Amino acid sequence: MNAINPLAEELAITVRQAELVAALKPILPEDQLLWLPEDTIPYECDGLAAYRRMPLAVALPQTEAQVIAILKVCHQLQVPIVPRGSGTGLSGGAMPIAQGLVLSLSKLKKILAIDPFSRTATVQPGVRNLAISEAVAHLNLYYAPDPSSQIACSIGGNVSENSGGVHCLKYGLTLQNILRIRVVLMNGEVVEFGGLAPDAPGLDLLAILIGSEGMLGIVTEVTVKLVPKPQLARVIMASFADIEKGGNAVAAIIAAGIIPAGLEMMDKATTRAVEEFVHAGYDLHAEAILLCESDGTPEEVSEEIARMVAVLEIAGASRIQVSENETERLRFWSGRKNAFPAAGRIAADYYCMDGTIPRRHIATLLRRIKAMEVKYRLGCLNVFHAGDGNMHPLILFNGADVEEWHRAEEFGTDILEACVELGGTITGEHGVGIEKINSMCVQFGEAEREMFWGVKAAFDPDLLLNPDKGIPTLNRCAEYGRMRISGGLLPHPELERF
Amino acid sequence: MSAAVADSSLMQNSVNAFREQILSAKKNQTPLSIEGGATKNWYGNPNSFAKLSTTTYQGILDYQPEELVITACAGTPLQEIEMALAQRNQILAFEPPHFGDKATFGGAIAAGLAGPARISTGNLRDFVLGARLLDGRGNDLSFGGKVMKNVAGYDISRLLPGSLGTLALLLEASVKVLPKPAASLTLRAMISQAQALKLLNQWAGQPLPLSASAWIGASNSQLEGELNIRLAGAHAAVSSASAMITTAIGASEVSPTVAAQFWQDLREQDLPCFQITDPGQALYRLALPAACPPLQFPESQLNSLVLEWHGQERWWRGPSAPDCFATLKKLALAQGGHATQFKVSNVSTVNTQRFTLLSENPLTAGLTIVQQRLRQAFDPAGVFATGRMA
Repeated sequence: MNAINPLAEELAITVRQAELVAALKPILPEDQLLWLPEDTIPYECDGLAAYRRMPLAVALPQTEAQVIAILKVCHQLQVPIVPRGSGTGLSGGAMPIAQGLVLSLSKLKKILAIDPFSRTATVQPGVRNLAISEAVAHLNLYYAPDPSSQIACSIGGNVSENSGGVHCLKYGLTLQNILRIRVVLMNGEVVEFGGLAPDAPGLDLLAILIGSEGMLGIVTEVTVKLVPKPQLARVIMASFADIEKGGNAVAAIIAAGIIPAGLEMMDKATTRAVEEFVHAGYDLHAEAILLCESDGTPEEVSEEIARMVAVLEIAGASRIQVSENETERLRFWSGRKNAFPAAGRIAADYYCMDGTIPRRHIATLLRRIKAMEVKYRLGCLNVFHAGDGNMHPLILFNGADVEEWHRAEEFGTDILEACVELGGTITGEHGVGIEKINSMCVQFGEAEREMFWGVKAAFDPDLLLNPDKGIPTLNRCAEYGRMRISGGLLPHPELERF
Repeated sequence: MSAAVADSSLMQNSVNAFREQILSAKKNQTPLSIEGGATKNWYGNPNSFAKLSTTTYQGILDYQPEELVITACAGTPLQEIEMALAQRNQILAFEPPHFGDKATFGGAIAAGLAGPARISTGNLRDFVLGARLLDGRGNDLSFGGKVMKNVAGYDISRLLPGSLGTLALLLEASVKVLPKPAASLTLRAMISQAQALKLLNQWAGQPLPLSASAWIGASNSQLEGELNIRLAGAHAAVSSASAMITTAIGASEVSPTVAAQFWQDLREQDLPCFQITDPGQALYRLALPAACPPLQFPESQLNSLVLEWHGQERWWRGPSAPDCFATLKKLALAQGGHATQFKVSNVSTVNTQRFTLLSENPLTAGLTIVQQRLRQAFDPAGVFATGRMA
């Protein structure tokens, strides 16, 4: 990297900011354009607070026309854009770029149409995930994907990340539940992907847009699929005396031909942490606790619960409890849903990983993480979507101690590399963002990464949309390779790397 | 050493041969038309380019029933895959049509077609988890993987379904599989098209195990047609839904053997209503939003009409003439859908466009250039540019 005179750089940023703000002022009312540090500071990071940076400015459009105008200005001035939904992302995908604009879509929050006959809802991107289900609850319909942040996260963000949730084993990810999106391309052109009719003409570009982390276009409308609300849901809470048995029980349920509505696992460290917090009545002696949910008609649910109980007994569960009513069901789930806040309660900070592995390797990975806890001298809670092999190790650390944070980062990188080695992936639902960009060098070879750049350029030839995220450059991977070989922690971690 | 090692070196030989074929096509600037079991050669825009056959590259590479994933080579017979799954009581839930005994796994993915269950379980693309491919430079690339959730990088493996071999050569793919439903039952009743569309969509909004539907009757008519409904899921759910529907429309239960044959014949288009025997006839496919009412088709006489996916897919037989297709495209577009000239009786119609183009809809016209650039990224020299798809 060339040495840059910090003063000259600061001056360049100031000039750039003045230029951008002047160009955006005619488009946006005063309260929709922020550039003073005290106004833009809330946007310096997303849900991954360890990665922060101040943007040139923040734009908060209220209409699609404003989005188009903003993109045209940025296209003309060649100012990069970082799109942002509710800012709940966990991979730093919405972390600003010093020379760029943050485009917050949180003011585009109208529900445009609800069609019970077609089982669809069309909404603006800033509508919260849960707000869709709430708006259609009276029709006995809901929007199935339910990321843990669903109370706050926006549907536009869900589209960008291809968000999952507890129920996606049975109901699919965002990808399987989106019919159509309306998008403004970087040149200001408005296009639609997918449609209300199946199998839209041309290549299936909708599949590429979903999970593209704001790097291909700005979503201004989303049409989601709504599904009938199950009449009833019940959950089984099963204890296991060792992790191995718990992991095998997960595989046994699937092998028995059952697709539970939810299949989640927590290790002992997690149940202990959350029990203190929620008093759910968890078995504190169990090495692993499995939550298996069944939903449907009352007849269906009792049939499936009976089958799952039988499988769990054979798999060696030491204790099995089945929720008898909705209050109890929510209580059993409360610990799982509050695992993150509970982690925040027992440690100053936690770092959440998101690797996904084939189910049969769950126990192997958990054993490896145990060993890493010793190696890195940091604790780790394991709570995860066992049904789809999506692990969420929560590494506990103290962020005030920079050295400890670097150890946590290294711990996380090690976990992700173990996931790749076990035939899995570095991210199941949180995205690559800025956080896992180095791990992309491990997951993909040079030719694949080059193809990703080809896809990026097909939509955004000037590489202005959320650049430096998601896909590492060849140079970045080369440097990362050298660093991993030398085995050291990042030298000068405060430096921007490509 | 073991047979697996021998196999893998044979496989590498095949990959090398494919690469050579691609590189020589690149050099000579002669596109290659990828072919599996040659069961769907009639599908898509016709072309007469040299073939690249995937049939030498076959075999199931990995199948772990408890992972709900199967990984296989593109040239593997689809029948072989479905048999392996059946032995473990699992299925390809999107029910891909075979259109012939020799249909291959890769061909099914490239065609991207799904059968009757698509309305309840999703399309083929939803089930693709990962792919290995050779691009137009002969680069060996892998995207996605074998796990249920994966958001690392753009979802490139899901671009291949429906691309009809025009983007890259699919070598291997991993797809999600599902357990076979515990119970399945088919009901049949005579009912008008309008009534069928109304009831099916109403029921789809209720927690019922509605797996598939097919209404077979005449277009442009108020006459009753035959509505077939398949319920699939837990025993208890199927039997209570069956009782409700039977009462509502006076349906009767179809014997399991007859029902299985019917849904297979529907999927394979072996039913008489799909046959195009007269020269100059075509089978059209209209993809439409759920809310689309019965359509007024261009011909005045009664033609056979099949509604699948609760009316979102409609099959109509009519003249293969370009003006008829143009009318159908307009009809579908006005409803927010699109039309395909799916099959024609005389295949010799070269240089015809069988699909609705992105440019024909103002909302997608801007994607034409994006799609072109995307094709460039995969295949700069046009090795796979057969023009088979729009």
